[in-house]
Amino acid sequence: MSPLELLSAAFLLAGAAFCLAGTVGVLRFPDVYCRLHALTKVDNLGLGLVVAGLALQSASWATALKLFLVWLFVLISSAFTCQLIARAALRRGAVPSGGRREP
Amino acid sequence: MTDVLLDGCLALCLPLLAWLVLRTESLSQAVVLFVAFGLLSALGWARLDAPDIALVEAAVGTGLTGALLMHTLSWTEETPPDVRARARRRPWALLATAALTLLLGWAVLALPADSPGLGPEVEARREDSGVKHPVTAVLLNFRGYDTLLEIAVLLVAALGARAVNPRSERASSDAAKDPLTGELFRMMTPALLLVAGYLVWVGDHGPGGAFQAGAILAGGGVVAILTSRMGTPRMSSLRVRWALLTGPLLFIGVGVAPLLSGRRLLELPEKLAGTLIFIVEMALTVTIAMVLLMFFPGTRPSRAGRGGER
Repeated sequence: MSPLELLSAAFLLAGAAFCLAGTVGVLRFPDVYCRLHALTKVDNLGLGLVVAGLALQSASWATALKLFLVWLFVLISSAFTCQLIARAALRRGAVPSGGRREP
Repeated sequence: MTDVLLDGCLALCLPLLAWLVLRTESLSQAVVLFVAFGLLSALGWARLDAPDIALVEAAVGTGLTGALLMHTLSWTEETPPDVRARARRRPWALLATAALTLLLGWAVLALPADSPGLGPEVEARREDSGVKHPVTAVLLNFRGYDTLLEIAVLLVAALGARAVNPRSERASSDAAKDPLTGELFRMMTPALLLVAGYLVWVGDHGPGGAFQAGAILAGGGVVAILTSRMGTPRMSSLRVRWALLTGPLLFIGVGVAPLLSGRRLLELPEKLAGTLIFIVEMALTVTIAMVLLMFFPGTRPSRAGRGGER
């Protein structure tokens, strides 16, 4: 196994671990805001690591660039949808766990 | 090995998701599950070596349909239908669907196992079509008649959608000032336009074409409508009518022109076929995007307004 493949495998495994942690977070966290945190932050990092791992194995620079573009667009859309969902939840009166909602 | 794992996962998850969509208690959950189902079935099409269908499924079946369903949710009350009680009340419907499933299954199994289909014939004449991608060659040249009629069906569907739901309000102006959606729109629009243009261009020699590009343009339009940067397209606007008609009119023109020089309907001259197909696809992209946007009913009216109308 070449060092490049080892590095790629390490990235992929770390990405998978982050995805797993994010999924557990979505299932286990108490309220919608915490779950959003788990979903967006951790999934972005997970996807980023997976993309980095795959880019190391890709045959050409063009493929690697395309992979990073996928990550970039997921980053953009998840950052915005996270804020939009959180705002919608706040407007509908979802109370943060352990907190109080301002009247 | 990994292929088998992936295919096995898809084969397990798709029926499970379909079952969950039917079973779930809440409407919003059903919509989310349906979108997930669409994404996975797009993956399934990609695994079946049908990237053209996978693209359409992802763009229309999941993206636009998902947006439409979500939007419809905001118009309705969250009152889930009692699926099981309804099924008990109508056993004949269950029987009919079961019979249809059996019939379709039998039809699939009755197909010859190793038939090459029409693939070799398309491949043999692909040189004459003017494009390099066999799917585009079939859609725009060999079976151009079908595509032309399909566009006519789409136009009628758009008219029907507008007849059922003629209202097209403009959203309140405070939604337009929202920095979040505004920034999203500014960042995504150039990328959407680029992707749509690329898909039309790539249809010549790879998976892509007017339907995929039109669906992606329409997706951008939906975001524009939802963030109030654009009103819902109105049938009364002359520009909307032209956008709806450019594709079919150009296609009919290209199809009828060979008649004047003694050829048959839609028989494109071999030397010009590539250029003509590209022009028609450009026009069809505009039309398809507009037709898909016509299905989108616009922003939700206020509750007071809705109550007053009833």
